[in-house]
Amino acid sequence: MSKKLKAVIIGPGNIGTDLLMKMQRSEWIEPVWMVGIDPESEGLKRAAEMGIKTCASGVDGLLPHVIADDIRVAFDATSAYVHAENSRKLNELGVIMIDLTPAAVGPYCVPPVNLADHARNLEMNVNMVTCGGQATIPMVAAVSRVQPVEYGEIVATVSSRSVGPGTRQNIDEFTRTTAGAVEKVGGARRGKAIIVINPAEPPLMMRDTIHCLTASEPDQAAITASIHAMVKEVQKYVPGYTLVNGPVFDGNKVSVFMQVEGLGDFLPKYAGNLDIMTAAGLRTAEMFAEEVSNGTITLPERG
Amino acid sequence: MNLNGKKVTLHDMSLRDGMHAKRHQISLDEMVAVSTALDAAGMPLIEVTHGDGLGGASLNYGFPAHSDEEYLKAVVPKMKNARISALQLPGIGTLDHLRMARDCGVSTIRVATHCTEADVSEQHIGMAAKMEMDTVGFLMMAHMVSAQKILEQARLMVNYGANCIYATDSAGYMLPDEVTEKIGLLRAELPQNVEVGFHGHHNLGMGIANSLAAIDAGASRIDGSVAGLGAGAGNTPLEVFVAVLKRMGVETGIDLYKIMDVAEDIVVPMMDQPIRLDRDALTLGYAGVYSSFLLFAQRAQKKYGIPARDILVELGRRGTVGGQEDMIEDLALTMAREKGLI
Repeated sequence: MSKKLKAVIIGPGNIGTDLLMKMQRSEWIEPVWMVGIDPESEGLKRAAEMGIKTCASGVDGLLPHVIADDIRVAFDATSAYVHAENSRKLNELGVIMIDLTPAAVGPYCVPPVNLADHARNLEMNVNMVTCGGQATIPMVAAVSRVQPVEYGEIVATVSSRSVGPGTRQNIDEFTRTTAGAVEKVGGARRGKAIIVINPAEPPLMMRDTIHCLTASEPDQAAITASIHAMVKEVQKYVPGYTLVNGPVFDGNKVSVFMQVEGLGDFLPKYAGNLDIMTAAGLRTAEMFAEEVSNGTITLPERG
Repeated sequence: MNLNGKKVTLHDMSLRDGMHAKRHQISLDEMVAVSTALDAAGMPLIEVTHGDGLGGASLNYGFPAHSDEEYLKAVVPKMKNARISALQLPGIGTLDHLRMARDCGVSTIRVATHCTEADVSEQHIGMAAKMEMDTVGFLMMAHMVSAQKILEQARLMVNYGANCIYATDSAGYMLPDEVTEKIGLLRAELPQNVEVGFHGHHNLGMGIANSLAAIDAGASRIDGSVAGLGAGAGNTPLEVFVAVLKRMGVETGIDLYKIMDVAEDIVVPMMDQPIRLDRDALTLGYAGVYSSFLLFAQRAQKKYGIPARDILVELGRRGTVGGQEDMIEDLALTMAREKGLI
């Protein structure tokens, strides 16, 4: 029996397609279905050409096949509005949901910080926060695991071309969700998030600045070592995650300046913000598959 | 230029854009002193917010001496005739801040986006309009794109509910002909019940000239700042502008001598440094860089030994936009490393 877990991707847009391309290289996850709501969608056609089963009638159209095709993992790349229902229906059938929308029904997941806990607990729905969160929270956590962080602030600058209409219509959701996860996952007592959209051509790479205020004088050597170690952890699934400058210490302020270059699968390399979401989502599913394979967790029973 | 008989609403920026020049450290007493004196001078509209708008309090832009709420609660009840506005940048401030501002008695919300990104303002403009506030769409760094693009973005904001659209010369880069073209197109193409406004910076010494061009082209709201207290070389100095408009026969409802006195007696003594067109402020205007980067670049010069002018020119070359203050230290670090200074 293959160790790979079979998966469905919901939402055949940029994120879903990029995810599919990454998944085809995975040793742990096998893409089987791509689900959309428009039979004419380019994304569904592309998926079909790649040999993936497609369905244009939403999650309801997929449900009859879940057991027969042994679907164990779902990636939701649609919107916060429909996610809760998608998740409920698939969870009922024992499918683990990786939520790439801002719905945040389940706990936040930032792989190098808390994925191992979620996998061990067999969380049936995990939320991948936001692109800005994936790019910055590991750095906040790298500081807070050394000493308490009173305040964590992140600034994500992304190219205009990489920001879709969903994010634009509800930009508050980005700032709110990211700030919440800077606290809950990053470990800062208070969190703040800022997003800046830059229209320069050619598009700029995603840039992320992380500022932390430590409660006491920062242990510079320990924080620097922790940050370098954390960068390496993220690079395991996003090779283009780069420390450009820092950590810079100024009183109790610790600043780190990152750049995120994507792999350039379906999305261009400058869209590191989208790439880090798909890569983190896939990494999350892979960890679940690894834990199943080594017997740490057991998937829900099926008849 | 004949502007005789025109009416224009002036809007003071000293307590918002001026926050940049004061590193957001204006005291509550100073806020109240300036705003009540401006009110007495007949200033119809006064902006009170962190320099980067509601929710701008941050390590990235600077923590203010007081919260937006504290400033607004101190100022609004003291106003006899003037109305108070607040700035908001989606991506920094949220709807919660907007509701807070409304509850504090703010009458005008100005939702600011980079000039090509108006579609991030739908939530905020929509809510301000729904709350029946005077709702302004504020297109920043308007020198970076064509008049046609500004119009396209302005239309989005009007569709979301804005009743006034600004072309904002955040870098103080524009020359009068460009102002004429951009404001003229907005005035010609937007519905007549939508006002058009202009916000200038004095980085090329064009604050007054550009504002006159804007009025001539159909703008009915003009931003400026008493004593010019604002980012970069400051905003259009309002006491000067009022004098010029008086000579040209434009109605502002403002008492010239009173606003001259506010500038000289209250605002100038508050300044941490003279607001003037120094080498670095001139570079902002010349290179087309967001005016609030000025003090950040000067601090980076002090810390890393890289001339502020070199930093600002490179930021301009990279197409940096408002809000990217973090890139100033980042760039200074990179330049210092390349030069072997660190």
